[in-house]
Amino acid sequence: MKLLEHEGKEILKARGVAVPPAGGVITKTAQLGAAMKRAGKAPWVIKAQVLAGGRGKAGGIKLAKTPKEAKEIAAKMIGMNLVTHQTHGQAIKVKEVFVEGGVKIEREMYFSVVMDRKNAGPVIIASAQGGMEIETLAEEHPEQIIRMPVDPNVGLRDFAARRLAFQLDIPATHTGEFVKTTKALVKAFIDLDCSMLEINPLILTPKGVAALDCKMTTDDNASYRHAELAKYKDHEATALENEAKKSDISYVGLDGTIGCMVNGAGLAMGTMDTIALAGGSPANFLDVGGGANEERVTKALNIILKDKKVKAILINIFGGIVKCDMIAAGVVAALKKIKLKVPLVVRLQGTNVEAGKAILKNSGLPIIAADGLWEAAQKAVAAAKGN
Amino acid sequence: MSIILDKDSKILVQGFTGSQGTFHSKQCIDYGTQIVAGVTPGRGGQTHLDRPVFNTVHDAVRNTGAFVSMILVPAPFAADSIMEAVDGGCSVVICITEGIPVLDMAKVKRYIQQIERSGREITLIGPNCPGVITPGQCKLGIMPGFIHKPGRIGVVSRSGTLTYEAVDQLTKLGLGQSTVVGIGGDPINGSSHADILAKFEEDEGTDAVVMIGEIGGSGEEEAARFFKDKMSKPVFGFIAGKSAPEGRRMGHAGAIVEGGAGTHASKIQAMREAGITVVENLSEIGETVAKSFKPLAA
Repeated sequence: MKLLEHEGKEILKARGVAVPPAGGVITKTAQLGAAMKRAGKAPWVIKAQVLAGGRGKAGGIKLAKTPKEAKEIAAKMIGMNLVTHQTHGQAIKVKEVFVEGGVKIEREMYFSVVMDRKNAGPVIIASAQGGMEIETLAEEHPEQIIRMPVDPNVGLRDFAARRLAFQLDIPATHTGEFVKTTKALVKAFIDLDCSMLEINPLILTPKGVAALDCKMTTDDNASYRHAELAKYKDHEATALENEAKKSDISYVGLDGTIGCMVNGAGLAMGTMDTIALAGGSPANFLDVGGGANEERVTKALNIILKDKKVKAILINIFGGIVKCDMIAAGVVAALKKIKLKVPLVVRLQGTNVEAGKAILKNSGLPIIAADGLWEAAQKAVAAAKGN
Repeated sequence: MSIILDKDSKILVQGFTGSQGTFHSKQCIDYGTQIVAGVTPGRGGQTHLDRPVFNTVHDAVRNTGAFVSMILVPAPFAADSIMEAVDGGCSVVICITEGIPVLDMAKVKRYIQQIERSGREITLIGPNCPGVITPGQCKLGIMPGFIHKPGRIGVVSRSGTLTYEAVDQLTKLGLGQSTVVGIGGDPINGSSHADILAKFEEDEGTDAVVMIGEIGGSGEEEAARFFKDKMSKPVFGFIAGKSAPEGRRMGHAGAIVEGGAGTHASKIQAMREAGITVVENLSEIGETVAKSFKPLAA
């Protein structure tokens, strides 16, 4: 799960990392005055709370020197459509902004911890060049990036944090604070099962070290052991995705017209790709899971049909542990409850495939059957085009 | 010949008496797999599916000579189970469990590396995988046995049902499999594509390999490098996830394109440049292998 900046900062502050004085999150300009008061004296920083990086350049972070200026900025920012280099050309609507007190910046650095697959553990990525996008930095100045693996059983040791301080040329006056802060950041990463914790920039202030921004992503597999994260919402998931999750269905909405229901994540992706190769476009990724039964199939169909873009549905099941006849019975039962207005293509393969096909055929329902995956994809594409 | 498992593999199952453990163990036993013991803490001394149950892996190994473990333990306890299997003396550990926190796997990897420094060799397959099958000899996992057929094509994959799809295509075209390995869909797992390619390269019973990957990570790119440098046998590669959007996790924790890394395009390019035969259409994996590779009699 990805956390918003203000949520991540709240967590870090409680763990001993200095952050700018928080004025809180507001959704209306009427709340601005109180937020500014909480944040302290001028200047203030007003920041759009969206999950994409690159907000600064896109106009999602502004400095206000006077209350009047702050009001103008907030009025403009709330409700604005933000397009950054990380939103892939799409605009994200800003629903809330975070008000912070300004801090004096002496130096900006880049600091992050990521779960690195290759090293099979956390790795610190740091650079004396702060504020820049790390992707750009990695391309233009790879020599300025420091990578330091961390033992997940230990965290960041003092000497390693000190070494990092020397590599980043931290002045002696700030080394102690830097060591304390980076150790706390790594500890937060490990304690909370993060997959990414990015502070860009991590800054030196006249007094110490502070996190000026925070991007935190946590591991969904570990959420059972983090009661403290339960209060944060998944901002990325749509209502449909959350609904699917409750039924143990893995669903991701896409832009196309062919709704997919598949068992297994890999085959679900493979089915989407096959639809695309056949000239269509998938409306979603949907994995009904290993324990698919009538209830799950009904739920999945309902979710697919809530997407009004869907013009045809393709069910692709490879029966292993899941038996095709059970899925077929589930589809038939579901169709008795749901009035299907779009064509449905079903491709069954694997365990009890013949029994499954017979159930579909004998149901009298207008189901388009297919044997092979390619045939199924072509039929779904044709059906979505109204052929 | 085969890799990882054969008819002589003596196996214990951790989480043997649970509902999942019972169901899948029975399927494996029916296939002819030599499951000789089960482990469920607190149920030592009992008998389940006509096999003795032990409290610990140590007891099971000492009493039955099992050296392979299959893990069907719930995710919060699975990482500990993997380490128990290794500590108890198992040299092959196949973890089926889905949903293990990534950090737990990071710790497991370190633990295994430490054990390996003392000279022991450990093969961990998974987690979040369908398991391993050497058709006609040993099925250890949750895959449907009947779609497989003994033969000389090795298969390695990050996904379950996608593997079944590919295996089914091969079998229907008369191309049997030496061993089919599901390495799992998690970001940190026991064995990589390259690790399994290395085993197939050495295996006298394997003539060619089908490698099925997906978006996310750099495992397929590393496998392509391994193929170029160290492999003589032909490899056919397919990557799922071409139509998946960046930044969204596609079911598997590992199937996500982040910061432009792990894309479909980069994997296809790496495989092509290395000389791996790339299959673009999932429904043509079997045909492509059959066309470009004439199998010897199994």
